[in-house]
Amino acid sequence: MSVSQPITVTVNGDRKTAEVEPRLLLVHFLRETLRLTGTHIGCDTTHCGACTVLVEGVPVKSCTMLAVQADGQQVTTVEALAAGGTLHPIQAAFKQEHGLQCGFCTPGMMLTSIALLQEKPDPTDEDIRWALSGNICRCTGYMNIVKAVRSAAAQMKAAAAVPAATAAARS
Amino acid sequence: MLPAPFEYHAPNTMDEALGLLDELGEDAKVLAGGQSLIPLLKLRFASPAHLVDINKIKDLDFLEERDGMLRVGPLFRHKSAERSSLLASRYQVMADAAPQIADPIIRNRGTIAGSVAHADPSGDWGTVLLALDADLVLRSRSATRTVKAREFFSGPFSTALQPTEILSEIRIPAARPQTGGAYLKLERKVGDFATVAVAVHLQMEDGKVGSAGIGLTAVGPQNIKAGQAEAALRGASLDDTTIKEAAALAAEAAEPTADQRGSVEYKRNVVRVFTERGLKRAYERARGGG
Ligand SMILES: Cc1cc2nc3c(=O)[nH]c(=O)nc-3n(C[C@H](O)[C@H](O)[C@H](O)COP(=O)(O)OP(=O)(O)OC[C@H]3O[C@@H](n4cnc5c(N)ncnc54)[C@H](O)[C@@H]3O)c2cc1C
Ligand code: FES
Ligand code: FES
Repeated sequence: MSVSQPITVTVNGDRKTAEVEPRLLLVHFLRETLRLTGTHIGCDTTHCGACTVLVEGVPVKSCTMLAVQADGQQVTTVEALAAGGTLHPIQAAFKQEHGLQCGFCTPGMMLTSIALLQEKPDPTDEDIRWALSGNICRCTGYMNIVKAVRSAAAQMKAAAAVPAATAAARS
Repeated sequence: MLPAPFEYHAPNTMDEALGLLDELGEDAKVLAGGQSLIPLLKLRFASPAHLVDINKIKDLDFLEERDGMLRVGPLFRHKSAERSSLLASRYQVMADAAPQIADPIIRNRGTIAGSVAHADPSGDWGTVLLALDADLVLRSRSATRTVKAREFFSGPFSTALQPTEILSEIRIPAARPQTGGAYLKLERKVGDFATVAVAVHLQMEDGKVGSAGIGLTAVGPQNIKAGQAEAALRGASLDDTTIKEAAALAAEAAEPTADQRGSVEYKRNVVRVFTERGLKRAYERARGGG
């Protein structure tokens, strides 16, 4: 027996309420209940990282978490990145540096990268490779993904430096 | 893949969780990081009628040295172990193992206690706790008991845990001066389970081995404690001959089976080589190096 229960999850800033069966996986809640199909299912066995989303800012394999476990939490999916139609620096960098081919792994790659950059705004290549070691790509050979993350880091640092520089110029 | 239906409970206190387990018995499973249990549910290798999620219970995510013990809470995650400066400086066998568990995304959720309770013979934490001679605190609604790590594992995926119990704390004797450890793992690729891994923990006293702990991963029906190798080291000075002897005894303690990761001879030899290297590294560290 399994009774549906109400959950409220803040997905990309919007509060979403739904009745779900406890066995519903977070990835299915996102893709099927909310129709946010940017989160992909690759292996469905916790190996590939294609389904990675951020839960409270932390990368999680959404095929290996129950939707009910996300009740009351903040979830970020790839759909949040191009807010207002402008590409997030990580998206711009993946595009610019050819960090994707088929694009299947890309949402997970980008979300894991964003969490890395939050923690380490200036990562070494080794940091990037290490952080992405749970995300599998079958196309690119990874070189351009690492390049893209490095380039996004530089862009984001430059962008963050602008207000600081403006403030410094004013004082 | 969808798990079979179950009822989901997310208690806010340990008492509530233990009450639920007491009531539900065999029909319930504890959910910690979910990084072993959820894949099993999806494959329908397990289909409990109830899940008791302990993630909402406060204060279970701890690592602290108190009263001569290092205490690890049930929600202390692989990621936190990987980043702990306490483990890096005083419990190197744990610090070495943490970043070699699964991949970074799995490490964000998976817990040490969950791994130990899961008791995969290829899991790494059980071996580390065998080398550290840890105690496991098992709590039920009506009683609390302490079981030695070496008495905890009873076969593949089986342990002393009763369905009504929660592994509520892992206790490790606090590291004294001149302690060193190492964890060496052979894996086919990053994120894979071990082909073979060896845990070493050394306590030196006046230039001699006070006590030695050696654990073996993925070379038997459960994580193995290499007791004869440990005994051969006790009181000895760590010269090349002693190290070689201990490594040979550890290799004898291994009970590997052949599979796509390697033959019996190969795996046994890796145990020997890793025990030698692990002892040397642990000794270096006990003397304040690397
Ligand atoms: C792709 C992949 C690769 C992996 N690689 C490795 C690896 O290299 N090395 C390794 O060691 N592990 C590896 N794992 C397993 C991972 O470390 C899990 O996190 C761990 O085995 C289980 O911990 P958990 O907290 O996720 O437990 P869960 O999945 O929540 O639970 C596992 C089992 O333990 C029980 N349980 C959990 N906590 C408690 C408790 N406090 N008291 C009583 N019972 C409890 C549950 O009921 C369940 O039966 C891998 C997993 C995957 C999916
Ligand atoms: S689909 Fe979740 S890890 Fe591959
Ligand atoms: S771009 Fe195709 S899998 Fe990565």
